[in-house]
Amino acid sequence: MRLTQGTFSFLPDLSDAQIRSQIEYCLARGWAVSVEYTDDPHPRNAYWEMYGMPMFDLKDAAGVMAEVDACRKTFPRHYVKVNAFDATHGWEALRLSFIVNRPPNEPGFALEREEGPGRMQRYAIRAYAAARPEGERY
Amino acid sequence: MGKMDQAAPQASERYRAGVMKYAQMGYWDAGYVPSDTDVIALFRITPQEGVDPEEAAAAVAGESSTATWTVVWTDRLTACDRYRAKAYRVDPVPGTAGQYFAYIAYDLALFEPGSIANLTASIIGNVFGFKPLKALRLEDMRLPVAYVKTFDGPPTGIVVERERLDKFGRPLLGATIKPKLGLSGKNYGRVVYEALKGGLDFTKDDENINSQPFMHWRDRFLYCMEAVNRAQAATGELKGTYLNVTAGTMEDMYERAEFAKELGSCVIMIDLVIGYTAIQSMSKWSRRNDMILHLHRAGHSTYTRQKSHGVSFRVISKWMRLAGVDHIHAGTVVGKLEGDPNSVQGFYNVLREDHNPVDLQRGLFFEQDWAGLRKVMPVASGGIHAGQMHQLLHYLGEDVVLQFGGGTIGHPMGIAAGATANRVALEAMVLARNEGRDIWNEGPQILEQAARHCTPLKAALETWKDVTFDYASTDMPDFVPTATPA
Repeated sequence: MRLTQGTFSFLPDLSDAQIRSQIEYCLARGWAVSVEYTDDPHPRNAYWEMYGMPMFDLKDAAGVMAEVDACRKTFPRHYVKVNAFDATHGWEALRLSFIVNRPPNEPGFALEREEGPGRMQRYAIRAYAAARPEGERY
Repeated sequence: MGKMDQAAPQASERYRAGVMKYAQMGYWDAGYVPSDTDVIALFRITPQEGVDPEEAAAAVAGESSTATWTVVWTDRLTACDRYRAKAYRVDPVPGTAGQYFAYIAYDLALFEPGSIANLTASIIGNVFGFKPLKALRLEDMRLPVAYVKTFDGPPTGIVVERERLDKFGRPLLGATIKPKLGLSGKNYGRVVYEALKGGLDFTKDDENINSQPFMHWRDRFLYCMEAVNRAQAATGELKGTYLNVTAGTMEDMYERAEFAKELGSCVIMIDLVIGYTAIQSMSKWSRRNDMILHLHRAGHSTYTRQKSHGVSFRVISKWMRLAGVDHIHAGTVVGKLEGDPNSVQGFYNVLREDHNPVDLQRGLFFEQDWAGLRKVMPVASGGIHAGQMHQLLHYLGEDVVLQFGGGTIGHPMGIAAGATANRVALEAMVLARNEGRDIWNEGPQILEQAARHCTPLKAALETWKDVTFDYASTDMPDFVPTATPA
């Protein structure tokens, strides 16, 4: 399967030039770019690990790309995403978030069920990879 | 306009039993300066022959506040000057003989806090059938911050919805399940599953899917949630289906909403026809239960579409932001349903911005401060397809749900392929826009390029390439004439 979280997951993996172009778009709007990684891709995992702080003061796309590369080199078999944070009053949340690295093999998720009363089902989804300890999953 | 500005009559004169002109009763005051806490309404009035516009405006002010057709002495037991709405300005409508814009101010004390029912019982309660007017339309309202703060507003709002679903930087994608009537629960859930697995974020019950002989509501909810969970497992992405809880009574709606919650749905749906009070009740329920509340504007065209009479949809948008819904259908510009581009952008601005400046070109007559009330996600639905993606993004921006019902389910390669085509078209267009490309002009090439790595998109573009709904709009702003684009 292919994890489809993030803004551009239905497109072929973005090239470095494409990633850089999106970063330039974010910086031009004054958004702070940050890099996060995880090997627990559960869709409700709201807190991927931060690869450093959001780069509030970095205005140069090349500098951000260097961070993206460093993260991908350190965690070549993890999911890595680029986020852009907009601190404008009334928004104060992400504006863009897209995956820039994924494991070579994505085994996907199991749908687990528990029979409830009547026809009720309690559903849970579990990443097959998450059965192993953190850092040994992909 | 000066002829009504006569000296106020003596009180003994003013309250003598009998009939007098509304303007003389105190409902017209050309010198009145609205205070920051006044509610202001802008009406389009079409007086009958021989009724002068100031008197007609005064009559509207009177009949939407304290007046009745004759003088009553019991006014003198109240601070009646304060409770009288005041018509203070009448302008001829540009280019339309016989019609006038009448500005009317209402003191805040006239309204119960936090009640759309009370607001509308005054402003549109009695006056629309008033004989001295041929027609009457409520065009816009200025809602003072002091009044706005008495409402909870949307339970979730655009920002929190995006955070909750982890979806940023692009419009969300949906589809209404078709055929809208007749599918069994099991077949219905199949369509939900295929569409969500293929790449949509949401699927949707149609407005008239409630609990009919062919599919009872519990059956629908159970199969739909099976489909949502299967699709989440298949994609690793959060998904939802708007479970329509519209029913004959509040008790039934609460029962359906509770069941949706028990099944783990992230969103429920209601129809505008349930009424303002029921909408506010469901909003409070949604707030208590972390639920996104989707509103289908079923029935609105009966009173929003004609320019001479009724209520503009920009006013309905304002009321619904106060009442507290998270999604509302607000037009597509390019699809099969009514929607001039400027008017539709006016509705979207009302729903999405913190503060609306005066924007006559988009039909916004007043500055409006939303006082931190959350933003409503507009929904564009009805006769749109992947080939229009550049136009949709251009007109509607990215905080919108684009709903391709026929454009997903009618895809020649199947429902999942239809969903994939839409998602790929959308992501390709957002990527190109962010790269600085001119999507308005290069849109078709961008789609063609994207179709090279996506056969379903190629098929979608082929199937619907010539479909447009190019008819003149009936509801356009008065200040700059524009045509509906192809």
